[in-house]
Amino acid sequence: MKLESKTPVGPLADKWNNHKAKLRLVNPANRRKYHIIVVGSGLAGSAAAASFAEMGYQVSCFCYQDSPRRAHSIAAQGGINAAKNYQNDGDSARRLFLDTIKGGDYRAREANVYRLAQTSANIIDQCVAQGVPFAREYGGLLANRSFGGAQVSRTFYARGQTGQQLLLGAYSALSRQIGLGTVKMYTRHEMLDLVLVNGHAKGIITRHLVTGEIQAWSSDVVVLCTGGYGNVFYLSTNAQGCNVTATYRAHRRGAGFANPCYTQIHPTCIPVHGEDQSKLTLMSESLRNDGRVWVPKDAADCGKLASEIPEERRDYFLERKYPSYGNLAPRDIASRAAKEVCDEGRGVGQMVEGKRLGVYLDFSAAIQRLGEATIRERYGNLFDMYENITGENAYRQPMRIFPAVHYTMGGLWVDYNLQSNIPGLFVGGEANFSDHGANRLGASALMQGLADGYFVLPYTVTDYLAGVGLTGRPSTDAPEYKAALKEVNDRTARLLSINGQRSPRSYHKALGKIVWEYCGMARTKAGLEKAIQEIRALRDDFWKNVKVTGSGDTLAPELERAGRVADFLEFGELMCLDALVREESCGGHFRTEYQQEGEAKRDDDKFAHVAVWEWQGEGAQPVRHIESLVYEEVQFTTRSYK
Amino acid sequence: MVTASGQNSHGHEVTLALKLRVWRQRKGQAGHFEEHALAAVPTSASFLEMMDMLNEQLIKEGKETFAFDHDCREGICGMCSMTINGMPHGPLPGVTTCQLHMRNFRDGETITVEPWRARAFPVLKDLVVDRSGFDKVIQAGGFITVRTGSAPEANNIPVPKGVADEAMDAAECIGCGACVASCKNGSAMLFVGAKINHLNILPQGQAERDRRTLAMVKTMDEAGFGNCTNYGECQAHCPKSITLDVIAKLNRDYLRARVKEFFSSTGKPSKGGD
Ligand SMILES: Cc1cc2nc3c(=O)[nH]c(=O)nc-3n(C[C@H](O)[C@H](O)[C@H](O)COP(=O)(O)OP(=O)(O)OC[C@H]3O[C@@H](n4cnc5c(N)ncnc54)[C@H](O)[C@@H]3O)c2cc1C
Ligand code: SF4
Ligand code: FES
Repeated sequence: MKLESKTPVGPLADKWNNHKAKLRLVNPANRRKYHIIVVGSGLAGSAAAASFAEMGYQVSCFCYQDSPRRAHSIAAQGGINAAKNYQNDGDSARRLFLDTIKGGDYRAREANVYRLAQTSANIIDQCVAQGVPFAREYGGLLANRSFGGAQVSRTFYARGQTGQQLLLGAYSALSRQIGLGTVKMYTRHEMLDLVLVNGHAKGIITRHLVTGEIQAWSSDVVVLCTGGYGNVFYLSTNAQGCNVTATYRAHRRGAGFANPCYTQIHPTCIPVHGEDQSKLTLMSESLRNDGRVWVPKDAADCGKLASEIPEERRDYFLERKYPSYGNLAPRDIASRAAKEVCDEGRGVGQMVEGKRLGVYLDFSAAIQRLGEATIRERYGNLFDMYENITGENAYRQPMRIFPAVHYTMGGLWVDYNLQSNIPGLFVGGEANFSDHGANRLGASALMQGLADGYFVLPYTVTDYLAGVGLTGRPSTDAPEYKAALKEVNDRTARLLSINGQRSPRSYHKALGKIVWEYCGMARTKAGLEKAIQEIRALRDDFWKNVKVTGSGDTLAPELERAGRVADFLEFGELMCLDALVREESCGGHFRTEYQQEGEAKRDDDKFAHVAVWEWQGEGAQPVRHIESLVYEEVQFTTRSYK
Repeated sequence: MVTASGQNSHGHEVTLALKLRVWRQRKGQAGHFEEHALAAVPTSASFLEMMDMLNEQLIKEGKETFAFDHDCREGICGMCSMTINGMPHGPLPGVTTCQLHMRNFRDGETITVEPWRARAFPVLKDLVVDRSGFDKVIQAGGFITVRTGSAPEANNIPVPKGVADEAMDAAECIGCGACVASCKNGSAMLFVGAKINHLNILPQGQAERDRRTLAMVKTMDEAGFGNCTNYGECQAHCPKSITLDVIAKLNRDYLRARVKEFFSSTGKPSKGGD
């Protein structure tokens, strides 16, 4: 596997502009002769598809929901970062870059992150012009809030629904192109395979989720913007349909999978309430601006109501441990701190399986200082959501929160152009591994999705197309498509025919328990080895004993689920393997053996690299390749938020 | 004592026994209700988690599960769409099906679950309907034309806070279609009105204001949505509390655009926007 980062030479701040100036162009009259497939209609996919169509390409865009507007970007709450320095608090592209590199615990590619910080300002311009109703000050100018891991206020937001509004903006641009006929939108289509012709990505295989038709599509280039794989944990803040299928199937066709063990556990989610729970709900990190996190000092107080515990018996543990960042410590650090106090038996809330897994997020001081109306205006919808789910009023009593799986930094390996190691396969948004290293800072995934879609892929995909030229797309009658179609059909038939005893969901739950236990907030060698054995056994059992009811020629939710779970069962093992080999702690990857005074201990000599896995065939051990991270301008330092 | 979090004072989970009448409809066939029972549904479960439990039970019995639309399960994607006891999204105001929790039901209750019922939303299977008409309306004009990279500096366009807030109120629509499903006429005026209110009041949206309004209304009619005769049911069932005044505003903007269209087609010069 060849891993060339293609990072341009020259000073960091000039790399992107110099590079852009060198990228090849396609003549406007020729653009409509090229066909681009975009899989995904989230921020990255919608933005890319709309931009390609505006440039004049023919675009086909796919998503599994019934409308592109429902991609899971819609659920992002808190905000989007941009280095506008509207608050005059000393922000700049360079500072945003430094925060992101540090937040990622020095495991991201320097040049990509710098480009992200540079393009961030354009994103806000673009979105405002589209009519995204960002929060404003009385003077009519844009408002900002603070987010974890930063000491400046650079987060733009639309109440607690920033992702919704940004996605509706991108969706409106995409819709305009669909109306003009330049984008063909295929909703309720699930990508089940990637097709390579002569080593280049030249199409995909999809299943029409309503008719069951399995179909091949040919294109000049394929762009995957299919989101993250957090649902490998079963319970996560992702939507039910979020999957690893698209990227994992590409992996099986030769695309390198980078850093699968880098997953983010978000500190502020509503705690688990029971066995039948299907998802976890995030409470935006922005709440930590005004909420204070605490647990009782004494485990004996844990069963009491919060109001019965006097001030001096409370431990505001984030403020105590990280005085300069306090409640706004980065996610991985805040999550681990919450786990620690609960492991000490000082958690609060109801007992689930004999443990109290929750900490308080208390707004009483902020309500006293600012008034309930202000808090309602800032977070009203989050408080409502909390009440719907828990039946508790957070204006009157503290919220209970606990960490939950939220985001995946790992993803398909891409070079500086966002091209994978398979020529013609580009990857944007959460699906790639590129910008967040071992931990993502709040409000920077929306930024990355839109930067990739609006401001990077249009240039770099054009360069690729100019390079391959108008050689003509293969017909879907070519043997490569036929073979891929057959594989997908066979697999579907196999899933339907096993007719065993256990539901696909029960396997998913079982897998989730294994990876949460052994590859969640804290990982050990022994635990990971055990997890790998258990996942293998579970996978074997799945293929013997799964029961998929329904039929393939119609809407078949269990068949869809079974296919996704089958891929998670393979991918889960890869994730644990990656975690096992990375013998250090960094960002969201915390190996218990590697710590110093309770904080993550990186090993820059051995692990300042991206781990990229190459598939070797069914049942064979994948091969680990590395891309060394060369930092030209930043010094590796120990990440401290104290 | 039962606490809100669904445990009684001994820390045990409170559960409900339920009877369910669920709509079953297969390709090319007429639909009918199927009856099922669930013995122990925790009150802390969401409505869709209750449906998951039913489906898991059906799998155990070797039967086909019920297909239903859902994705985010946190009230924002607009995908879930069940008519529960005759009410789109169920009995609680301001919540989607996925955010409805079982503590709002009684032990021993019979719950009827149907798909959205509307001419413009044909049933695809069981509880799943085709809402692509909504996308078509947006494709016709629910946008501000701005090519990637062509936007001016964001703070060059100040927007008074009141206007931004009003636009945001309307922009909260999740495109679920409960308004259509609750309306006897199957009208989409609340949905279209919400988008018109979002875009037509912003300074950025002025240039295309009339075109947008005319094109969206025309497409709405073509997509088979009915007329609005002011029943007001849409507002009562909208999970995002979009209110009827977006319809009044849509009517005003539509009239304005039609009048301008008329005068410009009779050769009289039209005045600019207001
Ligand atoms: C609850 C929540 C809150 C968040 N809050 C914030 C925040 O405040 N700020 C921030 O910066 N980030 C936030 N994030 C992270 C951020 O929202 C996501 O990382 C980002 O939106 C991902 O965008 P995307 O375009 O890569 O993918 P998505 O929006 O997930 O889109 C994926 C697309 O791919 C399609 N797809 C997937 N698989 C297939 C397949 N096999 N076949 C066909 N189509 C497929 C889907 O249909 C969908 O259209 C949050 C995430 C969550 C879950
Ligand atoms: S107006 Fe309300 S009911 Fe209608 S689609 Fe929007 S959110 Fe749903
Ligand atoms: S499932 Fe997304 S709104 Fe209900």
